[in-house]
Amino acid sequence: MCDTCGCNQSPDAVTYRKPGGHDHPHRHGDTEHAHPHEHEHDHDHGHHHDHGHDHGHDHGHDHDHGGGRRLSVEQDILRRNDVVAERNRGWFEGRGVLALNLVSSPGSGKTSLLERTIRDLKGEIPLAVIEGDQQTLNDAERIAAAGAPVLQVNTGFGCHLDAEMVRRALAELAVPSGGVLLIENVGNLVCPALFDLGEHAKVVIISVTEGDDKPQKYPAMFAAASLCVINKTDLLPYVDFDVEACKDAARRVNPALAFVELSATGGEGLDGWYRWLRDRRAAAAR
Amino acid sequence: MHEMTLVAGILEIAEERAREAGAARINTVTVEIGRLAGVELSALVFCFETARLGTMAAGAELVVCELPGRGRCPACGADAEIDFYAALCPACDGCLQVVGGRELRVASLDVD
Ligand SMILES: [Zn+2]
Repeated sequence: MCDTCGCNQSPDAVTYRKPGGHDHPHRHGDTEHAHPHEHEHDHDHGHHHDHGHDHGHDHGHDHDHGGGRRLSVEQDILRRNDVVAERNRGWFEGRGVLALNLVSSPGSGKTSLLERTIRDLKGEIPLAVIEGDQQTLNDAERIAAAGAPVLQVNTGFGCHLDAEMVRRALAELAVPSGGVLLIENVGNLVCPALFDLGEHAKVVIISVTEGDDKPQKYPAMFAAASLCVINKTDLLPYVDFDVEACKDAARRVNPALAFVELSATGGEGLDGWYRWLRDRRAAAAR
Repeated sequence: MHEMTLVAGILEIAEERAREAGAARINTVTVEIGRLAGVELSALVFCFETARLGTMAAGAELVVCELPGRGRCPACGADAEIDFYAALCPACDGCLQVVGGRELRVASLDVD
């Protein structure tokens, strides 16, 4: 098992590639991935306790395991990710870079929005992109063609980017000082909500072809995001999507969430997205 | 399947602490998982049973204490226990904001 991306795959499965460049897999640190298969099952069931009302943090579970000692630990399971995320945050801060973590389901039009943004803003704002995808280099090729430096992180079977993947990508990608780094996370609204990459903000992108109940289905992601982009508004006349109902549902989990409605292909509403980007960039540069 | 990532973090912390304490093996790992943390508990236990092999916790049991979600009403200040996002305030029908239930912690170990 790989302990960096945590998905049951060989440590060489996560790759960092540039379009047109050569492949070079990186090992995850120097951890040993050998698993001797001695099957010793003296306690081979897991179980869980349900603490109902007013869990008072007295960890008085009495499990007798015959003469053993109890060690109090109290450590955050994601501490390693969070430490690296903090380093990434310092890296961004030191260079005045605005870093955005773009999350969505597959097919929301995230890559199209990035292509359009790069074409429209590259003369004004230096942009760079980290593309997270399980297998392909397709999205990175589209970004490179649009004219921004891009690094593809293939996570193999991994369902999210973590802070360490971003740290490694930063070492290889020329991110311009004072610019904007757009991190396109793996298409998935569940797992990426849990992993801090050190970004300034999460931007959740949904399209009107997906159904307006996305915020109810994936509340943790909407709670964690700063901006919600509602894409493909040119298709509104043809689909059953209630924009106001969607916004209301999202505001219930996150009253501070901002919204932009746009069509990345048609172009309407893009000015709102660019305004938000410029405002956040100015704030990050301060 | 971020549960495998979480299990890797749990085992790393557990082995580190057990080694520091001079333990030979880990019998029980007790974790606290908030009900709103987005963790599938059955997947967590399943991943643990695979990933523990070859570690100091090879024969260990995973005990999961589920911590309740907590909401606070921004309008009237009321507190309530919740098990989903966007729950309504029992006092004034305002929308409760999540203030607890996202915990992901290794609480304690039983070791020999
Ligand atoms: Zn209230």
